[in-house]
Amino acid sequence: MKSLFKLVVLMVVLISFASCQNKSKPNYQYFPDMYESVGYEAYGEADFLPNGMEAKLPAEGSVARGHKPFDIDGSLQGYDLAKATLMNPLDSTQIDSPRGGQLYDIYCAVCHGKKGDGQGILVTREKILGVPAFDDAGRALTQGSVYHTIYYGKNVMGSYANQLNEEERWQVVDYVMQLKSELGGSQTVKDSI
Amino acid sequence: MKKSYQSLEDNSTNNMKQVIHRKLAANMLKLGFFILLTFSTSLQAQDGDPAKGKTLYNANCAACHKLDGPMTGPELRNIEKRLADEQGLDREWLTAWIHNSAGLIKSGDAYANQIYNEYNKMPMSPFPQLSDQDISDILAYTAQEKAAPPAPVAGAESNGGGGGDSGTSNTLILGALAVLFALLAMALVLVRRTLNRFAEAKGVVIEEEKGVSIWRAFVQNQFLVLVTVILLLLASGYFVYGYFMQVGVDQGYEPVQPIHYSHRIHAGDNGIDCKYCHSSARVSKQSGIPSLNVCMNCHKSISEVTPETLAEGKEYGVDYNAEIEKLYAATGWSAADQNYTGEAQPVKWIRIHNLPDFAYFNHSQHVTVGGIECQTCHGPVETMEVVSQEAPLTMGWCINCHRETEVKVEDNAYYTKIHEQLSKKYGVEKLTVAQMGGLECGKCHY
Repeated sequence: MKSLFKLVVLMVVLISFASCQNKSKPNYQYFPDMYESVGYEAYGEADFLPNGMEAKLPAEGSVARGHKPFDIDGSLQGYDLAKATLMNPLDSTQIDSPRGGQLYDIYCAVCHGKKGDGQGILVTREKILGVPAFDDAGRALTQGSVYHTIYYGKNVMGSYANQLNEEERWQVVDYVMQLKSELGGSQTVKDSI
Repeated sequence: MKKSYQSLEDNSTNNMKQVIHRKLAANMLKLGFFILLTFSTSLQAQDGDPAKGKTLYNANCAACHKLDGPMTGPELRNIEKRLADEQGLDREWLTAWIHNSAGLIKSGDAYANQIYNEYNKMPMSPFPQLSDQDISDILAYTAQEKAAPPAPVAGAESNGGGGGDSGTSNTLILGALAVLFALLAMALVLVRRTLNRFAEAKGVVIEEEKGVSIWRAFVQNQFLVLVTVILLLLASGYFVYGYFMQVGVDQGYEPVQPIHYSHRIHAGDNGIDCKYCHSSARVSKQSGIPSLNVCMNCHKSISEVTPETLAEGKEYGVDYNAEIEKLYAATGWSAADQNYTGEAQPVKWIRIHNLPDFAYFNHSQHVTVGGIECQTCHGPVETMEVVSQEAPLTMGWCINCHRETEVKVEDNAYYTKIHEQLSKKYGVEKLTVAQMGGLECGKCHY
């Protein structure tokens, strides 16, 4: 009887050890000072910063190395100006269509569709609606208008300026214009109804 | 006509009656025809096909208009009826607006200007390609009543009830078993007692067993004690080693995030690429946590999930709509006014994968240069409702992968020369990462 009691105690202790493994808490570390250095880590916390956040926007008016400020503003007039005047600064040797296509597939195709017909997976699943095809007559896309839309967003579409840098944006613009010309002969969404 | 009538009048009353009847019948017919005609024309005017209208609506209008609630433009449910009731505007006005709203505003139309100013002077794109039939299709779609609250919820509830039933039946069975065992035990005790009584009655004396107890015998046998001690030491050594080796390893770490974000829905069901949100994994050391404007790229227009998705969420104990509300609160987005209030709150996400700072790891090197799939290290995140750490992220784990993975050198001018030299040196066709120096200490520790 006594040995049975001991066995039960042992089991309880073992089970309590096993259940101590809490998946929502990180594990112990041997020498935390080596795991977490003095230097600031990305997305870390710092007391002296507002909200304690290290992730900050650049100081206003500063221009990052290798970046050029975009002069045209996000208003409708800016859109019209970009549509009329803005041209792709990359020449034919700098255009990398496969890469533009990869970027397009990641960032644009979920809504605009791999062919640019406005039938991406989010549209066919009816999560986001009203995505026009690139050859939509009323919109008459130009290089400048596409770039402006990627930079500032338009209507429901948000800005993609933080996911694509300037060169990548122009690669995507070129790919979009390519898709538009491929669509040119085929049917638009409205015709296919 | 009149003449014949007169001549008929001259005839007998009997005949006259008949004539009156005939005339009445003719009139009735005429009236009926009229009613039919007016009815049919009115039918033709409103005869839109809601199904076709839905496709047209989704393709042309839904970018800026929701059926219920404002978006870029006003809500469109029952728009024709509401316009007629509140503004006295008819289909003609609506058609003119759809075909060329800018022209209507310029013409000085009062309501056109009012609505234009109300929605931040955002002009509506003209849709001259929509025919009258198209417009009546769309209006037929917008005139449909809002779908009744979803039935699936009721189904889910009944399912839950069913689960409860099976739970109670389980406890019933267990209880019955327990009672049965208790009865058996009692029966055994009773049998033993009666047998003892019989033995006593017959005068049988039960002999007490004599001899050395098993414990004493064990202690007296020194060889057995030695073997047991060694075995115990080995076993405890095994467990202690295992315990020390998992210190600092966070495999399976699964914290609760401040906003419940389902990778299963976003990356799995909706097929959104990992790099859509974690875009900096392509170009920098860090695979960034997306800033909330990336969420709002889609969730500006997706303010609530479908009833089916909501029911799925109940299985995980999550109300997805409430989580989207948390996102709106964090970004300061007002869904009613469709603008940002400016009262943003940072979200304190909890980092899961964290290498110790004495090891250097660069995402872009692996994702862009190496072309490694995210899932190789992070596991099938697209199936995870709550993300947990799949890999141990230990040094042995890194080294194993570097030993096994062959470098993709095709079409990569950067590797051409070094690949030629090294593949000759090692006498292999394809180089592994380790053979290209992927095991050098200084690559990761400096």
